[in-house]
Order: sequence, then structure tokens, then C-alpha cells
Amino acid sequence: MGIFTIILPEIFLFLSSTLLLMVGLFYRRINIINLLTFLLIIFTAVLVIYQPSSFGFNNSFVNDEFSKTIKVLILIGSASTLLMFSSSRRKLNIDIYEFPILISFASLGMMVMVSSNDLLAMFIGLELQSLSLYVLASLNRNSLQSSESGIKYFILGALSSGLLLFGVSYIYGFTGNTNFSLISATYDKDSLGLLIGIVFVCSGLAFKVSAVPFHMWTPDVYQGAPTPVTGFFALAPKVAAVALFLRFLYSSFGETAADWQQIIIFLSIASMIFAAFAAIAQSNIKRLMAYSSIGHIGYILIGMACFNFEGVQSLIIYLIIYLVMNVSVFSFILMMKRKDEYCENIDDLSGLYRHNPFYAILIALSMFSLAGIPPLAGFFGKFYIFMSAIKNDLYLLAVVGIVASVVSAFYYLRIVKIIYFDEPSEKFDEFNSSSLNLIFFISSGIVILFFVYPSPILNIGNYAAKTFF
Amino acid sequence: MTASLLSFYIFSTVILLSSLMVITSKNPVHSVLFLILTFFNGAGLFIILHAEFLAMILIIVYVGAVAVLFLFVVMMLDFKISLDKNNILQYLPIGFFVGVVFISELIIVLINTKFDLSNIQILVNPMIKFENLTNTEAIGSILYTDYILYFQLSGVILLVAMIGSIVLTLRTREGVKRQSIQSQLDRKYKSTITMVDPKSNEGVDI
Amino acid sequence: MNFILDEYLPLAIFIIVALVISCLFILANFLVARRNPDPEKSDAFESGFPQFGDSRMKFDIRFYLVTLLFIIFDLEVTFLFPWAITFGNLGLLGFFSMMFFLGVLTIGFIYEWKKGALEWQ
Repeated sequence: MGIFTIILPEIFLFLSSTLLLMVGLFYRRINIINLLTFLLIIFTAVLVIYQPSSFGFNNSFVNDEFSKTIKVLILIGSASTLLMFSSSRRKLNIDIYEFPILISFASLGMMVMVSSNDLLAMFIGLELQSLSLYVLASLNRNSLQSSESGIKYFILGALSSGLLLFGVSYIYGFTGNTNFSLISATYDKDSLGLLIGIVFVCSGLAFKVSAVPFHMWTPDVYQGAPTPVTGFFALAPKVAAVALFLRFLYSSFGETAADWQQIIIFLSIASMIFAAFAAIAQSNIKRLMAYSSIGHIGYILIGMACFNFEGVQSLIIYLIIYLVMNVSVFSFILMMKRKDEYCENIDDLSGLYRHNPFYAILIALSMFSLAGIPPLAGFFGKFYIFMSAIKNDLYLLAVVGIVASVVSAFYYLRIVKIIYFDEPSEKFDEFNSSSLNLIFFISSGIVILFFVYPSPILNIGNYAAKTFF
Repeated sequence: MTASLLSFYIFSTVILLSSLMVITSKNPVHSVLFLILTFFNGAGLFIILHAEFLAMILIIVYVGAVAVLFLFVVMMLDFKISLDKNNILQYLPIGFFVGVVFISELIIVLINTKFDLSNIQILVNPMIKFENLTNTEAIGSILYTDYILYFQLSGVILLVAMIGSIVLTLRTREGVKRQSIQSQLDRKYKSTITMVDPKSNEGVDI
Repeated sequence: MNFILDEYLPLAIFIIVALVISCLFILANFLVARRNPDPEKSDAFESGFPQFGDSRMKFDIRFYLVTLLFIIFDLEVTFLFPWAITFGNLGLLGFFSMMFFLGVLTIGFIYEWKKGALEWQ
């Protein structure tokens, strides 16, 4: 029975959320169920932190520093989604107790993804995650947009799973193994079939991280899904898919790095450039955040393309900062209410400075940070990424990244301009949701004060990157 | 020409033709029926590969359940629209492109292996351990113990599928009179019948 | 590689015979039966009225939920076949593994039941 301690946090998360599923049937207080799910996700994160590094189930499931770090990030993302849910559930017509349960099942799938060291475990984790996400995206059944986003996400997600499986079958056919470690031990470097397998798995995973040219679903899904779900999409699944992508490439195909590096470099450049230009014309802030997340994935992929210690370290740092910035922005989007109706247009922000100078400066600083302006957190994230690219002689990536940052600064700064200099429109409702305020202040605080005491996050990056090098 | 080769060619020809009919036939119900034919021939291919268990599962799950679900979906849609509009030309270029990409990849791999498929090294032959077992026994002897993690996770996926389908499609209707067996059985005549003694000209309050 | 034919010879013969006989009957009908159609005869029969409306009506989405739940339990049953065959050799782990799996599905079943998804409204 010793092997089950390896998946102890997963078992705990699963058992307690099924228990809550049963409790919710008889005890219909959604707030209580939500709070309990929040607590158990936090407790799972604690279990993950105190877990020893180990592997098991025929070496298909590993707990190492990298997976532990990513799992904690994912659970933080899920927990903040639950806080966003609690404040908006009535208004957004998603007032059902299954929401927190589905979030915790999705987190379970992501934890399996992150720990998977086998093509089968990878696929099962991915499907568990995606299935929950499809349901979450179309949760508001009465809204046409929400149903549309669910359907789009489902069809394209199924297509990407198909591509992934096609690639997996090639890899299995040409190496005879599904285990990452065994694949890396036995593959034939000159095998073209294997390369095609890698290409297909990469495109399947690029769908999941929404890197250009596999990004088509992102804007529509982000705009259509209920806002807490959009926040969840931007926070947890992205992080999990990046981690899975990285482990898949590093553990099984470390030696043929030169082959897949080209794919990653292409995805990265395309994402950065596309997002920088496409986001300019957006008027809906959720859609804008979708393009913004595509752009950030581009920068994250630079770290992946480096294939060395600094690359992974900067990637982890970037992921953490990305998570924090997104929590800040999405909790603010959920506070943008006028006469108890949610506003999603960027123009609705105009003149926020006159009514609410304190919030205005915080959200402006978050935007500066997303744009990468020093001395905010986003700047350091980009700085470490570009440094590791330059150390690796990936000058092209660094140059494109900097150009894309400059272009994308335009649309982030446009928001700041609208907040500060445009004619004030009607006043927003009072920002009095305590749960949203809590995560908004914490995340903005981290964004602003990161430069004062950066070492914890840098140490986490250092700790996680040790796994691979 | 051995029998298995012959049956392989028969099955795969029927698969190709019927899957072509799935996407070209104008009536969606016919498409679903051709899809069933495709599944049946796929099961035939599995039998040639000696994977009888998978063949039967393909028939039970895909023909017995999934195809029926497809039929329901087809019935639910207002499919006269798709009967009227002939929009296959609109999707032909992109579909053709994707098809060409897939085929060219297969050809590249074939050329790369110089058409000698025996060169491809299958390092692990999973059936060696189970040579004198039927394939259902072979699956059973590892799925529940060695692959317990995947087995349980697929149980969790099924649970999520259940929750999801209920969350998305179940609507409780107002004003539906339902049977409540317990309260019906619990009825005692004392609680339902009251004896009143009506006075003249006053009536009864109920 | 002829053993496939050996194993499935009865089945193959059965399928071929069934195919031939059913084709024969259809062909015989086509050749022998008297056919004298007119528009009234070939019209769909709707209790004597002229036909109104389409013969295909839209289904209620509740059917969909029932089928979906059926598929899930169908899949669950497929996992039971290999387990039942190898049950003797699996030991305790195999037994409890299946029990846990069934437990998870039972939880789903309780959920469905309590939610009223199995009830026809």
C-alpha cells in the first residue's frame, strides 16, 4: 500500500471533493460548499509541499521539485478562482454547487498532468482536466455566448486531443515505450517517424497552452465563458499545460533538443508577434486578456526553448508572476459593476481615476506590470527570460520578445490612459466584495513590491529548475 | 492471398467507402447509419489483429451506445437546414489541405523506412508475457493491478462526465406533478379525512 | 496466418449465408411481386388524413441525458468483463481496485438519483 502515499494529495483531493459532492446534494448552502472546497484545496497544497520526492506506478507518476512547485501554483490559481466565484455566482447565473467541485476535479486532472512521466498518464490527466473545463465554459446555460464558448472549446479541444493521440501513437510505434524515461533511453535519433510524433504531440499541447497558430479558440472562449471561469482558464490550465509540455520535451527528448527547439522557437515568435498586434483593436477586456495570455505564453516558451537551468528557472519565475498578475486583473474585472451589472468594455473604465484613485493606481500598475515596465514584477519576469535567451545565443528570440513587449505596451498603456485621462463615465458600484478585495490587494501588492524582496520567488525558480539539470 | 489479407482488404475498403459516405450523404440519419457500418468493419479489423475484446467493445459501446446518441442528436437538430444547403465546397480546401498533410507524413515515414517496415524496432512486445492467454485475460491481468492509477482515473473521468452531463442538460420544470411514493404510502385516513357536521345555511370551511 | 479463418469459419459462413439469403429475398420480391404504385398508395399513412407536418419531429433534450448516462454505465460495464475473467488471479489489490471504481460510479449514481436525472418529468 506504500505506493499510494505517492499520490496522497491527489487521493485526498478526490475523496474530499466527492464527499462534498454528496454533502451538497443534501445541504444546499453553496457558500459553505465553496468555502470547504477552498479550504481543502489549500490543505492539498500543504500536503503537496510536505510530500517527499518520489516516483511510482511503473515510474509513470513522479513527484519532484518541479511538479511540486507547479502543483502549488495550480492550486493557488484554483483557490483564487473559488474566491472569484463566491462573489459573482448569483449575478452570472452560475449559482450551482457543482462549480467548486468541478474546479477541484479539474485541479486533480492538472496535478496528474504535471506529475505524469508517461504518455498514458499525460493523456488521462489532460482529458480529466479538459472534460471539467468544457463543462465549466458552458456553465451558464441561458447565455448563448457561454454555450458557444463551451462548444468551440470542446470541438477544438477534441481535435487537439486527436492530434496528440496521433503523435503518441507514432512515438509508441517508433520507440516501443510510453514511459518518458524509457523513451529517452531507447529512441533512435535519426528516426523520422519519431520526429513526426513529436511534432504532433507538440501541436496538441500547443492547443492546450494556446500558442499561435493553435490559438483560435482562446479569444472566443475567454470572452464567452463566465468571468470566474475565464480567470480559471488564464490561471491554472495554462500553467499545467506548460509544465506538461516542458516535462514531455525535457524528459523524453532531451537529447534531440535541436529538433524540437525549432518548433518551440516558431511557436514562441508567432505567439508574441500575433498577440502584440491582434490585441490592439480589442474593446472587450476579457478578449484583451485572452490575447495578452497568448503573448505571455510566447515569452514563457522562450524559457522552454533555452533548454538549460536558467531557462527553466526563468520560466518558473515568469509563470509565478503571470499567475499573480492575472489574479489581480481578473479580480478587478469582476469588480467592474455598474448598477449591479457587469461591465466588460475597456471604455467602461474611463475616468476611473476621478472616482476611485486608489483602485485606479493599483490596476494601472498591474497594467504596467503586464507590459513589463520596471520596477514592477512583470519586468523582472521578462528580464530573466530574455537574459536566459541571450545566454543561450537565442538572440532572435530576445529581440523579437523585446519588440513584441514594446508593441504590446501600447494596448496596456491605452487602458491606463483611459483610466486617467478620459472623460469620466458613470461611477462604478462600490468595490465592497471582501473576497475579491482580498485577492486583488494581495496580488497587486506582490506585483508592486516584488522588486523589494524578490528572493523567495527566485529561490522557488531555482528549487524547481534543479529537477532537470 | 491468405484469408486474413483478403478480409483485411474487404474490411478496409468498406471502411473507406462508408466513411466517405458519412461525410457526403445529405441525410444525417444516413450518415449515422454509415458510421455504424464503419464501426462494424473497424471491429472486423480488430478481429484480424486478434484483439477480440476491443472488437466487441467497439460494437457494444460505439454501435450500441454512441451511435444511438448520435441518432438522438441528429433528431434533436433541425436538420432540414443542412439538407438544403450544399456547403461542402466551402470546407473542401481546408479539409483537403489537412488530408494532404497527413498523407504526406505517412509517405515521408514510409520513404524514410525504405518501405521495409520490419526495420521499425518495436522494443517492447507487450504480448510476450501473455502468450498463452486470450487478450481479454491479458488486459484483465494488468489493468487492475499494474495500471491501477489509470484505471481509477478513468473512473474519475466517468464521474466528471456524469456531473457535467447533468449540470448542462438537466432542467427542473415548474408545475410538474410527480409521484411521491413515500408520502403516498404514508397517507393515513385520519390525516386526510375530516368529519364535519355542517350547520344549515353556513356551509363548510375546508 | 490461416488460423483466423479456422477460428471464425462458422461465423464467416453464417454471415455469408445470411447475406445471400436476405439478398435473395429482396431480389425475389423485386422480381416476382406485383407493383402498381400510385401517389395515394405511396403516400405516408397518417390515419386516413392527408399528411401534415414532417414525419421527423424534434426530440426532447431529456432523451439525450438518458442516453448519455447510459453510455457512461455502458463503459463502466466494459471494464467489468476483463476483471471477471481474471478475477481469480488478481489478488486483493485487483479486487479492491474494482470495488473502488464501482464506488466512484455509485457516488455518481447517487448524485444522478438525488438530482432527479433519472426521473421523467
